Amino acid sequence: MEIDAENLSATELRLGLPGTSSSDDSSRPKKPSPSGVGVKRALDDTKSEASGTGSAAADDEDTATPAKAQVVGWPPVRAYRKNTFQAAAAKKAEQQSGGLYVKVSMDGAPYLRKVDLRMYKGYRELREALDALFTKSFSAAETSQYAIAYEDKDGDLMLVGDVPWDMFISSCKKLRIMKGSEAR
Amino acid sequence: MSTPRSSSTSSPPQIPQSLTLAPARTASTSSSSSASGMRDAAEDDFDSPPSQMSEDDPGGGVGDRWEPDLRGGNGGARWAPPDQVLENVLESVLEFLTAARDRNAASLVCRSWYRAEAQTRRELFIGNCYAVSPRRAVERFSRVRAVVLKGKPRFADFSLVPYGWGAYVSPWLAALGPAYPRLERISLKRMTVTDEDLALIAKSFPLFKELSLVCCDGFSTLGLAVVAERCRHLRVLDLIEDYLEDEEDEMVDWISKFPESNTSLESLLFDCVTVPFNFHALEALVARSPALRQLRVNHHVSVEQLRRLMARAPQLTHLGTGAFRSEAGPDGALSVSDLATSFAASRSLTCLSGFREVNSEYLPAIYPVCAKLTSLNFSFASLTSEELKPVIRNCVNLRTFWVLDTVGDEGLRAVAETCSDLRELRVFPLDATEDSEGSVSDVGLQAISEGCPKLESILYFCQRMTNAAVVAMSKNCPDLVVFRLCIMGRHRPDRITGEPMDDGFGAIVMNCKKLTRLSVSGLLTDKAFAYIGKYGKLIKTLSVAFAGNSDMSLQYVFEGCTKLQKLEVRDSPFGDKGLLSGLDYFYNMRFLWMNSCRLTMRGCREVAQQMQNLVVEVIKDHSDDEGESETVDKLYLYRSLEGPRNDAPPFVNIL
Repeated sequence: MEIDAENLSATELRLGLPGTSSSDDSSRPKKPSPSGVGVKRALDDTKSEASGTGSAAADDEDTATPAKAQVVGWPPVRAYRKNTFQAAAAKKAEQQSGGLYVKVSMDGAPYLRKVDLRMYKGYRELREALDALFTKSFSAAETSQYAIAYEDKDGDLMLVGDVPWDMFISSCKKLRIMKGSEAR
Repeated sequence: MSTPRSSSTSSPPQIPQSLTLAPARTASTSSSSSASGMRDAAEDDFDSPPSQMSEDDPGGGVGDRWEPDLRGGNGGARWAPPDQVLENVLESVLEFLTAARDRNAASLVCRSWYRAEAQTRRELFIGNCYAVSPRRAVERFSRVRAVVLKGKPRFADFSLVPYGWGAYVSPWLAALGPAYPRLERISLKRMTVTDEDLALIAKSFPLFKELSLVCCDGFSTLGLAVVAERCRHLRVLDLIEDYLEDEEDEMVDWISKFPESNTSLESLLFDCVTVPFNFHALEALVARSPALRQLRVNHHVSVEQLRRLMARAPQLTHLGTGAFRSEAGPDGALSVSDLATSFAASRSLTCLSGFREVNSEYLPAIYPVCAKLTSLNFSFASLTSEELKPVIRNCVNLRTFWVLDTVGDEGLRAVAETCSDLRELRVFPLDATEDSEGSVSDVGLQAISEGCPKLESILYFCQRMTNAAVVAMSKNCPDLVVFRLCIMGRHRPDRITGEPMDDGFGAIVMNCKKLTRLSVSGLLTDKAFAYIGKYGKLIKTLSVAFAGNSDMSLQYVFEGCTKLQKLEVRDSPFGDKGLLSGLDYFYNMRFLWMNSCRLTMRGCREVAQQMQNLVVEVIKDHSDDEGESETVDKLYLYRSLEGPRNDAPPFVNIL
């Protein structure tokens, strides 16, 4: 588990300025290991290469110095490059955790639509998007009579707009545009 | 030395005998270093060792100047030497010398040449901003138009130099401003530049044309806005791998601040400015910048936006493509063929980069320009070898290729088969950890060596390497000038033989007779350094990590590498003895960096005591509560004309 923690800390996002020696870097050997150990470790490496790099790290746990601990600035890749990849990876992960597509039904419409809730930053954008989607189904005069409701995790029908946006996104399963008369 | 007297001089001004040349002050350093100072000490710093920087008497009367335009612009501070004609002729001739190295050599000939060279030097190159003071620089050179300054040691890029170490440009600007009102170009690398500094540049230099900031920090979009707005003659604004201080909600719309009329912009590189920007302003700016040849945008640009930019600037030669994916919904996304049309219309494109969030479906759009590309940077594009190969196969004229190791040995084979003209290759790791899989190996290196015989520069990150592949490259690529191999697992031997990597690197220094830069890695014994010392006669920069057995390694290098300028070492078993073996050589080098070796305060103090012309900095990571410990974690020493700097933070101990 120790190895996992070390690997995780190496990849974690940190808002550090370049040149900052991070306080949460995993242990660095205070003195460099004697070359004898180095040679031995190297042979371990070649043996364990076949069995995968993970076991090489595990092997070295037993040697005197924490040899395979992630070391500051090694491999020598510029902070700029590392930061760029961390940012891109974070953005990609965010996008890949699903467009949060939910069905939108409108009373009286023949078929449903789907929207990606992650595309919007807030309720107003969502409302505008829904207006645009269903613009053929109702006239301008009637818009005020529509309420937007959603079905949450428990299956209850809730009025959209009560909770903070982020909370809404995580609990919304379906959207339903209801005619004014029903909404009341 | 006396200057020859020409009898054909027509009525020179009468110069009192008392104002003739005083003898040059001899160096206070040991005679060996002043002799060697004549050698290559002034390599690419202007700062020759002090024995050559004789102190002119200031002041003194100057007679009538009868060739005023060649005499420099700083009033009567200089007194005329006996032979005005010769000096003016000399100046006219020296105008043609551009390389700093040549100029340094010329300045050493005699006083007259020294002065003439000082008057005609247009570009000032300071390889270490602490080697010389701004005052001294502007006093010697009076008519400089371009300044290049480098600050932090390179290992700062790898978080080894704590924040706040130094390399501030402010004191330099304070001196350059008054001294060089006609300054046109400033290039800074690894320096701290604040928004106030940028404002000062805009204010001090009304003719300012080119600003290049590489690996700098300390400024934000606010400073960029000032430059954009006030530098009306700006041609070049190159921001490369800088770290900006912006908060996303505090950033400034700097792009809108460029002049509203047509601009003289030729190059605008801002891919490292990570905050969003005003795209419409950029589009308009590009449209009114007819001279624009180089444009690199940041990742906030979609292919749809890229297309619009390309339409405005079909004359571009260098393009940084931004995200290279679509931001529109599925219905509005740009088609690949439409994007390809845009590329086809850019007939001058030779250099492509960007691809920061690349959607590989769009890659075929660049096929129309591939055949003409000489430089391609995919090093921020996580693409598989299957995605890369078809692109590579079109790039027959490629000279520079940067890519991630996801290209794999197979992809490198495609490079080798296609890019016979390749000069520079850089393979970066996608996963920069020691235990990562690593997708390239000795197989890829061997293939490249066989297919790209003209290779001059290589940077190669891998997990598995063999001596045989490195030897093969040493034989197949005799033109190598830069060889940087990073085997990411520390102390890793030849993957097939289990031997140290000594023979591979030995072959490189033996066979690559033009090699000036070398980075070593893998399991290495003193033998490797014996080779390096014996054969690496042209090496100027050497980077060592986790290597060597004993102090002999350092000794071999110091004694053998006569052209060594920059030595950076980390995590290697070298102690005070090794350090002291370099005493006779430090003054010919720009710097020595050592961290996590076996140095002690005693050894470092001894260096400081014996070499008064060096600055010896011991750098701590954090404030040491227990008082001074005897072990030295980080040592940075460099020659300097100024002695200890006065801006050192508390964690830097200057001995």
